[in-house]
Amino acid sequence: MDYILHIIILASIYTSLAVSLDLLAGHAGILSISQAAFCGLGAYTSALLALRFGLSFLGGVLGGILTATLFSCLVSLPSTRLRGDYLIIATFAFQVILFNILNNWIELTRGPLGITDIPQPVILGLAVQSQAGFVALAAAFAGFTYFVVWRLAKSPFGRVLHAMREDQVLIQSFRKDANRFKVTAFAVSAALAAIAGSLYAHYVTYIDPTSFTVMESILILSMVIIGGPGSPWGPLVGAVVLVTLPEALRFIGLPSSVAANLRQIFYGALLVIMMMFRPRGLVGRYGFGR
Amino acid sequence: MEALRCDSLQKTFDGTHALRGVTLQFPSTGITAIIGPNGAGKTTLLNVITGFVRPDAGQCFLGQHVISRMAPHRISSLGLARTFQDLRLIQQITVLENVMLGRPNQRGEHLFYALFRFGVKAEEGRNREGAMRLLQFVGLPGKADELAGELSYGEQKLLTLACCMATDAGILLLDEPVSGVGAEMAPRIMKLLRRLRDDGKVTIFIEHNISAVREIADVVIVMDEGKVIAQGPPEEVLGRPEIMEAYLA
Repeated sequence: MDYILHIIILASIYTSLAVSLDLLAGHAGILSISQAAFCGLGAYTSALLALRFGLSFLGGVLGGILTATLFSCLVSLPSTRLRGDYLIIATFAFQVILFNILNNWIELTRGPLGITDIPQPVILGLAVQSQAGFVALAAAFAGFTYFVVWRLAKSPFGRVLHAMREDQVLIQSFRKDANRFKVTAFAVSAALAAIAGSLYAHYVTYIDPTSFTVMESILILSMVIIGGPGSPWGPLVGAVVLVTLPEALRFIGLPSSVAANLRQIFYGALLVIMMMFRPRGLVGRYGFGR
Repeated sequence: MEALRCDSLQKTFDGTHALRGVTLQFPSTGITAIIGPNGAGKTTLLNVITGFVRPDAGQCFLGQHVISRMAPHRISSLGLARTFQDLRLIQQITVLENVMLGRPNQRGEHLFYALFRFGVKAEEGRNREGAMRLLQFVGLPGKADELAGELSYGEQKLLTLACCMATDAGILLLDEPVSGVGAEMAPRIMKLLRRLRDDGKVTIFIEHNISAVREIADVVIVMDEGKVIAQGPPEEVLGRPEIMEAYLA
């Protein structure tokens, strides 16, 4: 039972990450390979604030949000002059740089040794320790992320993002500063990813840089693409598919070394199949084929 | 209405001179047509005025503002709106949403208000009503809920005009508003341009359709090889045989 609850918690955290990325990739049409980096910023900030300053879980979450928002500007502001493939490369570069900082700033992050003994969350005096409690918390965080993204998507702000995904030139002739919308979308997306990162850190109680690699960012992007960008259920479906189906490989009886590699092949094959036969994803609104 | 003028504009693309010292004072009322053969620099001039292309030299002024180094959204905030030759519209949203997108200074476009919605619902209601009035004006009220990409070419031209008007700009720059449309649509668009003039809007448009220019323009500017070669009332400019023969035949 604990195993199933663990999978549900992971699926909820990945749903938060996929939904947060969907604001950028699905609604604004900005592909980003740095969501794991923002998740890592949230996780490390929250963990360090709890361990070094004794800050509460929610205080740590807030710290993670602020840090990720600030760092998002490091990507988005220089990227205002970039589009398409070049913007993707910029986000990729940020992801790689941040991983290396986490891995090499030993005094702060303990590098590859990671941070241990991260306290489990205490919210309004209630300690969340059981798996069922974490399921509720992870589902609440995913629900909050979903609420924020869809509230924005259904607002005039979201209308501009949808327009921007098709034609950045046109919206400038409509008195809209495309860069402002791009920077804001990046910031919100990063902040929401940081919330998921904080929860992850306080759930597993141990983090190291390998949890926030470029492969994780690609996995989160795959969830959006496979589920369907810009749709209400797309990122949720993508996260559930990519978290649960590889777990099924465990029950085939393959050696774990083979199963791990098979998982990567599974992601790759699924992405190729989706791009060829269903570019809008399983339940998506937009494709990336334009 | 603030006067729009250009002073010694120059622009080169890969060694090709698109604009060669263009100096122009646009009339501050009525309809002005810019004509000339392909490659004359008409669209480049429009792109420079609206900030989408930076000139190599020279300046554009809107009243007291120097606009030739401003970002496009800042220029449009000063009251300049434009359409594009390649009919830029947001294809995957509805006709109504396209027009609403054009409305300036929307509170709900700011993150705080988009999240907390203070006054946004009422503003959206007003914007929707305003957008419907504009769709009524251009004759597309029945298409409000259709996707913009599903409209015919002529209807898309009408929609670009409605979007342009939604910005509340005083000066409209239209790139070939009647070119390529059917015989029934062209008079409809020209009628709309006349109504805009009657409402006090300044319209500057590029056009190849000379009969349309003759019919509605108050002033005609002729360009060739990146230079302005004639400017004046249509009956005078279009009556000059050398212009008609050399550039418009």
